[in-house]
Amino acid sequence: MSVRAGTKSDGRWLALYVLGYLVFLYLPVLLIPLFSFNNSIQAAFPLQGFTLEWYRTLYGNPALSGALANSLVIGVIAAFGATLCGITVSYMDLYGRSPLAATISAIARLPILIPGVIVGISLLILVNLIGLGPSRISIVLGHILVALPTTVVVMRSRFAAIPKTIREAALDLGASDWTTFRRVMLPLSAPAVLSAFMLSFLISFDEFIVVFFLAGTEPTLPLYIWSQLRFPRSLPTVMALGTVILIVSFVIAGTAEILRHRGLGAARRNPA
Amino acid sequence: MSTIAATRPLPENRISPVFRFAMLLPGGLVTFFLILFALGLVVFLAFRGNDGSLLGVGLTAENFVTVATDPLYWTVTLRSLVIAGLVTLATVVTAYPVAYYLAFHAGRRRNLLLFLVTLPFWTSYLLRVFAWKIVLAYNGVLNSAFIETGLWKEPTLAFLNTPAAVVVTLAHAYAPFAILPIYVALDTIPKSLLEAASDLGARPFTSFRRVVLPNSMPGVLAAALVVFVPTVGDYVTPAMVGGPASTMIGTLIQSQFGKANDWPFGAALSVCVMLVILCVVLVARGADRRFGSRT
Repeated sequence: MSVRAGTKSDGRWLALYVLGYLVFLYLPVLLIPLFSFNNSIQAAFPLQGFTLEWYRTLYGNPALSGALANSLVIGVIAAFGATLCGITVSYMDLYGRSPLAATISAIARLPILIPGVIVGISLLILVNLIGLGPSRISIVLGHILVALPTTVVVMRSRFAAIPKTIREAALDLGASDWTTFRRVMLPLSAPAVLSAFMLSFLISFDEFIVVFFLAGTEPTLPLYIWSQLRFPRSLPTVMALGTVILIVSFVIAGTAEILRHRGLGAARRNPA
Repeated sequence: MSTIAATRPLPENRISPVFRFAMLLPGGLVTFFLILFALGLVVFLAFRGNDGSLLGVGLTAENFVTVATDPLYWTVTLRSLVIAGLVTLATVVTAYPVAYYLAFHAGRRRNLLLFLVTLPFWTSYLLRVFAWKIVLAYNGVLNSAFIETGLWKEPTLAFLNTPAAVVVTLAHAYAPFAILPIYVALDTIPKSLLEAASDLGARPFTSFRRVVLPNSMPGVLAAALVVFVPTVGDYVTPAMVGGPASTMIGTLIQSQFGKANDWPFGAALSVCVMLVILCVVLVARGADRRFGSRT
């Protein structure tokens, strides 16, 4: 930054501030793993000694494994749906040349401007009206909606980064729309597709605000945690479970972010 | 030339109807059915009376009259707006220097830092709120740490179950939302503008105040919006760390569809929240245009 050569000391102060900000961002969350190994019911200092007892209580808990299975199945199906919608909506928005496609893309990003509680109750009314009621299918529908803005944004930026000439060349050489989409555009965006899938899985896996309204008798993992928070005795178990969930989230989100940036970088390095 | 144009239509114009239909179908179903139709149902239900049935009875504005005349709803709405406003202010103001550092000073560390500030965004919101519950609790981390270090002798109840706890928790939970839009706005400011400012003799602070800040306002407004919207309707954080004095409008909506079991009234409250958000969006749009939108 030659322009800002005079502000080097500013940069040092800012760096310190950013460091403090990161500590604020991560410290409360990292307390969960810390106290999950603490040999006490209370999450309080001083630490009482190291134990794996709370992790042991996670095993052989049918309610917990049921909730986990639900979350995994719902997450995968919702991620599939949200990614499919994200791919088609953003592709048609960029190349469909129709007002309808642009409208759909705009509405697909609308859930950002609706608080989760309203998304939840609107879907609750809807699924009761069409006879599904609160159920796993309803949760899948809700999570497709919640994850949709993310998949649209991820896929849209990826498609937009592919040089226009590549798609035009395919069409000029006689490939049909379908072939161009499936054999050219989709393979070029494979990292983003995988990233969108992983991120929407994660959104579904961690989602609580909407699922609260749509769950029937089979809770997901966040709902299971919520139900356990009422009992002070089960807090250490919740912290052990939370630690596992945090690790899984960090790994999936980290991989997805790396994929997304690698994909974008590759497209920029080879501009047609 | 004209014959060539006739035999080789532009690629954009030859999208087959079948392909178009297949590609628009999934998104069309989700957006029109799950978003527009479902929101339409909420608006419809808001004008119905509660008789315990799914869609209510009659056609009435009574729900809105109750919302407008009962001081409870004014208090709770005002509280939600104040809490969401404070959270928005806190997140945007604290995020701005981080975004500024990322855009102008981070250098080789930029990608790593961007990654680190967005990572918490993808972790469970419930767990982030839960973390604050164990921090602020009577027998919690903060109290015990202060007693352990001898700063005070008795644990205090002053942390948990206060509106301040809600503000801090929400500000922490939504902090990652604010950085990215501001960073993008700062990063896309043409470098020539900054060079022009310093060439014309502007000191760094003047250059920041007159060039950087106004040009980053679209990002600041976008950040404010993405923080304000989810926080104004939140019901989880007030329930976890807020106590009875921090009931928010989201809490009331949730209870209408739960314990209180008055869906039409809950729908009316939801419509009011959406109208408030619409006003905020319009104000933000207007401000965005004043700052010369680049989006």
